[in-house]
Amino acid sequence: MTLNERLLLSGDEAVALAAFDCNVALGAGYPGTPSTEILEYFAHLGGHAEWSPNEKVAFEVALGAAFGSARALTTMKHVGLNVAADPLFTAAYSGVNGALIVVSADDPGMASSQNEQDNRRYAEAAGLPMLEPSDSQEAYDFFALAVEISEKWRIPVLFRMTTRVCHSKTIVRRREERMPAPTPAFDHDRRARVMVPANARPAHQRLRKKLAEMAAWNDDHGPNKVVASGPELGIITSGISFMHTREAAPQASFLKIGMTYPLPMEMIRRFAASVERCMVIEEGDPVLATAIRAAGIAVESKAEMYRFGELDVTRVRRILRRDESPEAAPLPGKPPQLCPGCPHRRVFEVLRDQDCIVAGDIGCYTLGVLPPFEAMDTCVCMGASIGVGLGLRHVLPEEQARRVVSVIGDSTFVHSGLTGLAEMVYNPPSTGHVVMILDNSTTAMTGLQEHPGTGRTLLGETAPKMSFEQVAQAMGVQQVHVLHGGSTVEDLEDLLAQARRSNDLTLIIARNPCLLSAKRDARRGKEEKA
Amino acid sequence: MKQPVINIKIAGLGGQGVIRASDILAEAAFRAGADVKKSELHGMSQRGGSVSSDVRFGDKVLSPMIPGGETDYLLVLSPDQVENNLPALKPGGVLIRPETVAESALRNKKSLNVALLGALSACLPIPEEVWLETIRQSFPEALYADNEQAFRLGREQGAKQYAH
Repeated sequence: MTLNERLLLSGDEAVALAAFDCNVALGAGYPGTPSTEILEYFAHLGGHAEWSPNEKVAFEVALGAAFGSARALTTMKHVGLNVAADPLFTAAYSGVNGALIVVSADDPGMASSQNEQDNRRYAEAAGLPMLEPSDSQEAYDFFALAVEISEKWRIPVLFRMTTRVCHSKTIVRRREERMPAPTPAFDHDRRARVMVPANARPAHQRLRKKLAEMAAWNDDHGPNKVVASGPELGIITSGISFMHTREAAPQASFLKIGMTYPLPMEMIRRFAASVERCMVIEEGDPVLATAIRAAGIAVESKAEMYRFGELDVTRVRRILRRDESPEAAPLPGKPPQLCPGCPHRRVFEVLRDQDCIVAGDIGCYTLGVLPPFEAMDTCVCMGASIGVGLGLRHVLPEEQARRVVSVIGDSTFVHSGLTGLAEMVYNPPSTGHVVMILDNSTTAMTGLQEHPGTGRTLLGETAPKMSFEQVAQAMGVQQVHVLHGGSTVEDLEDLLAQARRSNDLTLIIARNPCLLSAKRDARRGKEEKA
Repeated sequence: MKQPVINIKIAGLGGQGVIRASDILAEAAFRAGADVKKSELHGMSQRGGSVSSDVRFGDKVLSPMIPGGETDYLLVLSPDQVENNLPALKPGGVLIRPETVAESALRNKKSLNVALLGALSACLPIPEEVWLETIRQSFPEALYADNEQAFRLGREQGAKQYAH
């Protein structure tokens, strides 16, 4: 691959290539569909990429790099930004010395997520600039622009992608030269970076001043474009919605906004005044429409029914003709399932047969909710299984409380389960509790990524391996059991029944590697030999 | 060449090679000089459920997703995935079924998807040598002879059965 070459890339790959061409010194993240491939491809290109235990830590590592005057990237799915929201909001105050680009990959329509929150809200809530590409070329070009904005205003930049931008392949022309790399260095600017109230108050003032400057810049120089056609219909749009809408309404004029926070409001005002009918087409929440109307500009917005799910050409045509009749449901395909040979299937058979109340978690094993198991009763967010299970144990009548079991995967446990165990030991229910870690030694759902419990890094290099059993013992869990591949269903049945009868705090680690990762590792081994 | 957008949907089950097949198609169209977009969903769909991928190419492609009922060619890799994908096909569109090529006629039955791409190729304005070069670079060299045989066989069958 050479500079100035024409390439067919996914949006994720385009971001990775841009990060590489912008000399990003470090990329940290946690796997999450549809963002996962960014760091994998960045590493493949030779970038320094790492999987962190969770998004908050990844964000903080990238922030530290940007405090040290380097360019840094952190990637996560939309719900991951909730985990990283704590540092996000205050990093807006502290600012950065290098560049910090925060990729939020949203999943409208929930192809592989538990909600379809619209992370454009975070830009306004935290007070951070936001760029939104609509294809891979823009993902590539906007990333370099994000670096420039971040360095110019010394502020983290939110880079919002959506599933169809991340996972669609479109053509990219690579830049002619790589961006020169800054030299990392630290200076003691404590007033800017130690966010005690006396420093944070002026920092907030500085942030608002930067945002006002960026809004003016966005009006004059931002990555926004007008596609002028007839004056009958003008459409204001951004991201992937631009592509669907141009196809659905080729005769319309367009204002396509690339930097969606702070908005180029004067440009919007001029555009709206230049057309007879002005409409906002956006996927998800009516974020643009609400902001534009609040600025006193009259625009039409979509009907409420189109807040739900992804947009596509067909739906945009309906929005434009104000069609609010019920939409035809697609014919159901075959739902996903736990792999037929998955060694963890039997855990759900046992949980089902013992009529357990299962507080579940996020991963492949969430598929335990489906027939033939139907052995999961709650699933909310990463790590919630332990807290939710404890809450149920505290309030349910004893007979029911003893049926409550928390089930969590290995990667999820490292991400957000440790604090749950601390809670369990500190505030134990009177009937005790049972937590099961289904340890398949990989992050399987997102495509077999490494984590601190697998003993390998993102690059596949050997790393120290976190021992869940030793951690649990050190934290004060009374009973810690490990079931390996050689154990029988009866072993599991007996152990679970006994744990549920006792008032102890029990951790059962069911350790069986994912078959898909075993297959991949065998292939890797073969390649290494060759 | 003025080329209106051609819409192709490849459908099957997770693990069957839908994504790989659509990658090869998109790459071949790209090498032939067309504007190309390709879209599918990853994640949950990897666990044995229904998977489909949209590939669109022509002079200028806008949305990466084929509008409902506007698929020109529907290539289905699994017999039980035909019915649920049929509504995507436009009136007069072409359905390429998995039975188009008999596995027994292949040197290597793992080349079936390549054979089905061969059948599809008979309907598309992409030169044969571009297809073969793309296939060569998409798999280990040792598999090329098997894949070439499968592709040519599928292309012959496709020319008889589907090309207008």
